[in-house]
Amino acid sequence: MEKLMEISHVSYSYHTLEGETPALTNINFTVHKGDFLSIVGPSGCGKSTLLSLLTGLIEPEHGSILLYGQKLFEKGRGTIGYMLQHDHLFEWRTIEKNVLLGLEIQNRLTPENQEKVMDMLKRYGLYKFKDARPSQLSGGMRQRAALIRTLALEPELLLLDEPFSALDYQTRLTVGDDIGSIIKKEQKTAILVTHDLSEAVSLGNQILVLSKRPATIKSIVPINFSDTMTPLQRRNAPEFKDYFNTIWKELNSDD
Amino acid sequence: MTEISLAQQNFLLAQKRHKRSVRTSRLCIFLLFFGLWEVASQSGLIDSFIFSSPSKLFLCAYGMILDHTLFTNIGITLFETIVSFLLVIFFALFITIILWFNKHISETLEPYLVVLNSLPKSALAPLLIVWLGANYNTIIITGMSVAIFGSILSLYNSFQSVDTEKVKLIYTLGGNKFHALTKVVLPSSLPSLFSIMKVNIGLCLVGVIIGEFIAARAGLGYLIIYGSQVFKLDWVILSIAILCIIAIALYQAIAIAEKYCLKHH
Ligand SMILES: Nc1ncnc2c1ncn2[C@@H]1O[C@H](COP(=O)(O)OP(=O)(O)O)[C@@H](O)[C@H]1O
Ligand SMILES: [Mg+2]
Repeated sequence: MEKLMEISHVSYSYHTLEGETPALTNINFTVHKGDFLSIVGPSGCGKSTLLSLLTGLIEPEHGSILLYGQKLFEKGRGTIGYMLQHDHLFEWRTIEKNVLLGLEIQNRLTPENQEKVMDMLKRYGLYKFKDARPSQLSGGMRQRAALIRTLALEPELLLLDEPFSALDYQTRLTVGDDIGSIIKKEQKTAILVTHDLSEAVSLGNQILVLSKRPATIKSIVPINFSDTMTPLQRRNAPEFKDYFNTIWKELNSDD
Repeated sequence: MTEISLAQQNFLLAQKRHKRSVRTSRLCIFLLFFGLWEVASQSGLIDSFIFSSPSKLFLCAYGMILDHTLFTNIGITLFETIVSFLLVIFFALFITIILWFNKHISETLEPYLVVLNSLPKSALAPLLIVWLGANYNTIIITGMSVAIFGSILSLYNSFQSVDTEKVKLIYTLGGNKFHALTKVVLPSSLPSLFSIMKVNIGLCLVGVIIGEFIAARAGLGYLIIYGSQVFKLDWVILSIAILCIIAIALYQAIAIAEKYCLKHH
């Protein structure tokens, strides 16, 4: 598999008047095309910081992040899709205008691109809501719209920062399934950050376990399920529990 | 949903009755006030020379319509108010955007804005007139001086309170600070812009009247001052009544614009 992104020796600290907060120390991993990487770690350990680094919103203090062998910073914004914790759909725009926001910002509102986005809205059952306002949609549909807004830019890599944490448990399962299969269908490479271990196992093909802040990588656990399984089917598979336990132990081990 | 239950029907009926009775009470107060006023001045209970009366005001207005003084004076005050209002909104937006773009400028200027805003602006009017002369421009600037600093401060506050995650979203989509302004900050500040406008239109009217008190040869403020000096109190009271109507009308105009814009935006 082709190497998409290479993260080597990355460290990052926040500086405020109250002092320095080291968030990440010496992070190393590689993302290959087609990977679905789940990142788990205790809350406040630096997961969102890591994603901000990977999108190029902030620059590493030490180490390097290479996208196809080239330095990422600045170039990454727009070529790497980032789905934030909340959908942040704008109430003053229709769903259609919301999903076109990225193209609008990048001056890429060509008829072909708009066509593609409309196709995605159709494929994922949002087309008939294209003139609706975000508040008229259910939580799951909003999340789908937010994903389409990100995919409209045809990103090389998709970053998801606890995208389901604002949803209730029931919706979470179905939306997780939904988003997971959309990403698979669109053949995207993705990195999912979550503090929910079962979510990580049900969606990922590799799990990166982070330590407490300042985060280091404790271990990388490969997950092997049959390729055709949906996230919900994975949850019912017998290996699921074993993976869950392995990762739980990794998270709570003390070294 | 086609069938409305009896309880719901009763509830709706009660609500309707309540609304109607409030409306009737309001109208009663209005009629009672003017009725008593008229009766009291007719019967000599109050001195109609000082307190005027609805019928005298009516005649006064009629006379002023005939000699074209009423609408000219209303027009001048209205014109000055609207121009100063529009300039306040324009400059407040312009300056706030600059402040928002540059943290250094905004932090530097903040204490000055606070001081200027807490100044009693009517105290500035005489000075402005000495500096700029007694003309329309001065009156418009007096109107602006009452509203501008508060507008900048409120608008800047509302720019600052925009969800930082929404701004982050713009950056993740490849946007820059300019996109953050046009796609997030301005649209999400529109509701506060309208509340600021509602406050401002009243403030500008006050500022313009103060300006006219001191410097004008026309306008409702001038009528009030001149009328009180020559003891034409009908003029004074009529002007005050008209100012009430203007204030309400301008406020309502903005409220309607607000309703329209927020629905279509
Ligand atoms: N802008 C910031 N300034 C200072 N400290 C920050 C900032 N953002 C995050 N932090 C700190 O960095 C640590 C990691 O934050 P974050 O990456 O958001 O954690 P996670 O996403 O894993 O919950 C936290 O302790 C947080 O308090
Ligand atoms: Mg986080």
